[in-house]
Amino acid sequence: MSTSMSIGLSHYLVVAAILFTIGVFGIFVNRKNVIIILMSIELILLAVNINFVAFATHSGDIAGQVFALFILTVAAAEAAVGLAILVVYFRNRGDIAVEDINLMKG
Amino acid sequence: MLIVIAFYVLAATAIGAAFMVIASRNPVHSVMFLIATFFSAAGLFVLMGAEFLALLLVMVYVGAVAVLFLFVVMMLDVDFVEMKQGFLQYLPIGAVVAFILLLEMIMVGAASVSKPDQGVVPNEDGVSNIRAFGNVLYTEYAFFFEAVGLVLLVAMIGAIVLTLRHRDGVKRQNVAAQNARTREGGVELVDVTPGEGIGQ
Repeated sequence: MSTSMSIGLSHYLVVAAILFTIGVFGIFVNRKNVIIILMSIELILLAVNINFVAFATHSGDIAGQVFALFILTVAAAEAAVGLAILVVYFRNRGDIAVEDINLMKG
Repeated sequence: MLIVIAFYVLAATAIGAAFMVIASRNPVHSVMFLIATFFSAAGLFVLMGAEFLALLLVMVYVGAVAVLFLFVVMMLDVDFVEMKQGFLQYLPIGAVVAFILLLEMIMVGAASVSKPDQGVVPNEDGVSNIRAFGNVLYTEYAFFFEAVGLVLLVAMIGAIVLTLRHRDGVKRQNVAAQNARTREGGVELVDVTPGEGIGQ
């Protein structure tokens, strides 16, 4: 495995870092669309999962994969509750612009 | 060699699709690119020897979460073209923050793992991934497993409670009221005079 073409831990970490950065970038540039923001959060959690699985395989310990499973579950729950909040917000306001969600600012 | 090619193809697909998720104008296309991203990530998981998690990713995200997103995107009647405005306004600050973040993460990763990079290869000790997974999931992490089940239950109840609404003016069956009807309340006897009818 020590050839110059082998895929190492750092390859996976770079892919995960790029996915994480794309997620953060998506939150910045799509300030008005909550749905895209929720998808960006899913991308960030996927990047974390790739890191967990890469380190789990790298160190030969399956605990990292178990934690990736837990993150997957929490991400699914978060998507369900977030979209439910979005539907309720749309019913009350008629749009989903995030920049207008400042009613509690006083 | 095949693994190297597969890694680069999957990684490129994942990153390209992830970028299209945040860049495409149509949210339905965004959901489709999200599915492509998760498919490619599942392929990366297979390369790392996490077959169970790969299949779980496909089932949970492509089967459930993506459908949820599609449902909400298509149900909400929003002008998505107007929502794209401000993209260029926030582009510089977003690009700066993203660049710094990426640089920091790659530098930290390079500093900490560059020395002994033995590669990410699943060990071939004859134990399948799902058996090794179950061996620890139901013993060492049993309480976490149950807690995660509780999280899903709370999320399900929360989503139902949030979106449930009672509409006014809808006729519904009320079994108790039906059973409580008596003859006196339901029937009125009218003595009809011949030639006049019951009209006033």
